[in-house]
Amino acid sequence: MADAPKETLAGKQAVLERLPDHPALKALLAWNAGALSDALFDRGELTVTVPSEKICEAVVAVKEAGYNAFEDMTAVDWLPNEPRFQLSYHILSHQFKERIRIKTWVSSDDPAIESITSVWPGVNYYEREVFDLFGIRFDGHPNMRRIMMPENWVGHPLRKDYPVEGYR
Amino acid sequence: MTVDVGTPILQAPQAEGAKDQHMVLNMGPQHPSTHGVLRLVLEIDGEIVVRLYPEIGYLHTGIEKTCEAKFYQQVVPLTDRVDYLGPMANNLCYCLAVEKLLGLEIPERGQWIRVLLTELTRLNSHLIWLGTHAMDIGALTVFLYTFREREEILRIFEAVAGQRMMTSYFRIGGLSMEPPLDLFDRIQAFIKTFPEKIDEYSNLLTGNPIFRNRLMGVGMLSPEDAIALAVTGPTMRGSGIDFDLRRDMPYSSYEKFQFKVPVSNRCDCWGRYEVRLDEMRESVKIIQQALDGMPGGPIKADAPKIILPDREKMKTQMEALIHHFKIVTEGFNVPAGEVYQGIESGHGQVGYYVVSDGTAKPYRVHMRYPGFASLQALETMCQGRMLADVVAVIGSIDIVLGEIDR
Repeated sequence: MADAPKETLAGKQAVLERLPDHPALKALLAWNAGALSDALFDRGELTVTVPSEKICEAVVAVKEAGYNAFEDMTAVDWLPNEPRFQLSYHILSHQFKERIRIKTWVSSDDPAIESITSVWPGVNYYEREVFDLFGIRFDGHPNMRRIMMPENWVGHPLRKDYPVEGYR
Repeated sequence: MTVDVGTPILQAPQAEGAKDQHMVLNMGPQHPSTHGVLRLVLEIDGEIVVRLYPEIGYLHTGIEKTCEAKFYQQVVPLTDRVDYLGPMANNLCYCLAVEKLLGLEIPERGQWIRVLLTELTRLNSHLIWLGTHAMDIGALTVFLYTFREREEILRIFEAVAGQRMMTSYFRIGGLSMEPPLDLFDRIQAFIKTFPEKIDEYSNLLTGNPIFRNRLMGVGMLSPEDAIALAVTGPTMRGSGIDFDLRRDMPYSSYEKFQFKVPVSNRCDCWGRYEVRLDEMRESVKIIQQALDGMPGGPIKADAPKIILPDREKMKTQMEALIHHFKIVTEGFNVPAGEVYQGIESGHGQVGYYVVSDGTAKPYRVHMRYPGFASLQALETMCQGRMLADVVAVIGSIDIVLGEIDR
């Protein structure tokens, strides 16, 4: 964005005040202002946090606002914090030439979230990768199998409680 | 805790309405035309592809996990090994991401040399693609021609970094050292004759009726499908989508260069072939501009606690020696936060997502590589086509298994 602020804007209030015309924020507010639990503008990148059960609706809202291309999706394990897993979706807009990060949190007991393969079929492999390496299940995914590790592998290597050298 | 991973597939799942005469064919992982260790499970009806399932992971080395156990500067050599045909592009993307976290500004000369070498890397990557793609189709000669030019690029890399393939030349905060004095003359001599070489490849292939028939109308990917399947780079631009991160979201001073973004509306393998050939010509233009306008000055940012001091200073000055010792033994702390940096590599959009918790080791490094997404589009491109077309399509999406499995 041409008029992107240089400073860090922390919190929903600060971001909404400084970027009232941001297309993605406008779309998310129009969709469900209460569901937008947090926002951060840092190092030129906008991050919005939504509850995990509303992820599918949130990505549909930003997709309709012009953020047309799914770019990347992954998880971060914040052991021993709870909720433990952070999921980050990076969505690119060819029209605004800008990227937005949608963040959500998943707790460690029965980690599961709705799949967004219905919005972009190309998320398929990314969700399988997170399932394989973090053990987060994606409900509604057409083919929820391991992708990198062998089918009979025990454990999820990118979790922080999994040793770097593996189990010997 | 255990998660049900489903039953292993030794046989591809049956497509809806599949009849008994469908045969399941296993292609790879040691098949020469799958460009590495890609395994495809194909369901075929005679010669027609009904379903196609890529099975990947044979080259999974857990690089993302390894990154979490290394200091920030120790991750740079790991990135070389991901997409081993475009080492400088990987280095650039990772360094830009960490520099964004640190808030480091790189001097102009450093940025320009990065652009220069990244474009040479693109030529390297495209030359391999052209050679192997043509070889898959049956035109063996082109492979020898493209490797002739690639050899010179690798010699340039060796001169600049001391390594032919695993360069690690870009470092956090700049470059590892000033390039040798005759480097720019060597690159100038190389790109002076290179456009003729592109014409030479084109003369061998563009008019060749076998090559044309194997590519034209094969591997159709509509613009809508390209976006939906997260396909990027030349494969996306071959489907008529005009988007290039170098032009649209510039990084490392790409905004100072004039170049065109080749786009083809053909949506088939031929469109991708045209786009990549034109991209090589545009890369030559960028390299020429970089050589002509190369600014002077330092190649590293002024940050002694992050960048290793010059060898000379390290041996003569106490302060530099202390910094050297501290960086090597303890690394440097990076402010907490998360960044995503995307660049346009030879294969498409590369992205590094780096999360820092304020310590000297990255908390999480995620690598987005274009081949991983392009592979999902393979089934769409091959369905209903002949088995032999699968080989042509794999060549045209330009995958490297190192970047897919990571």
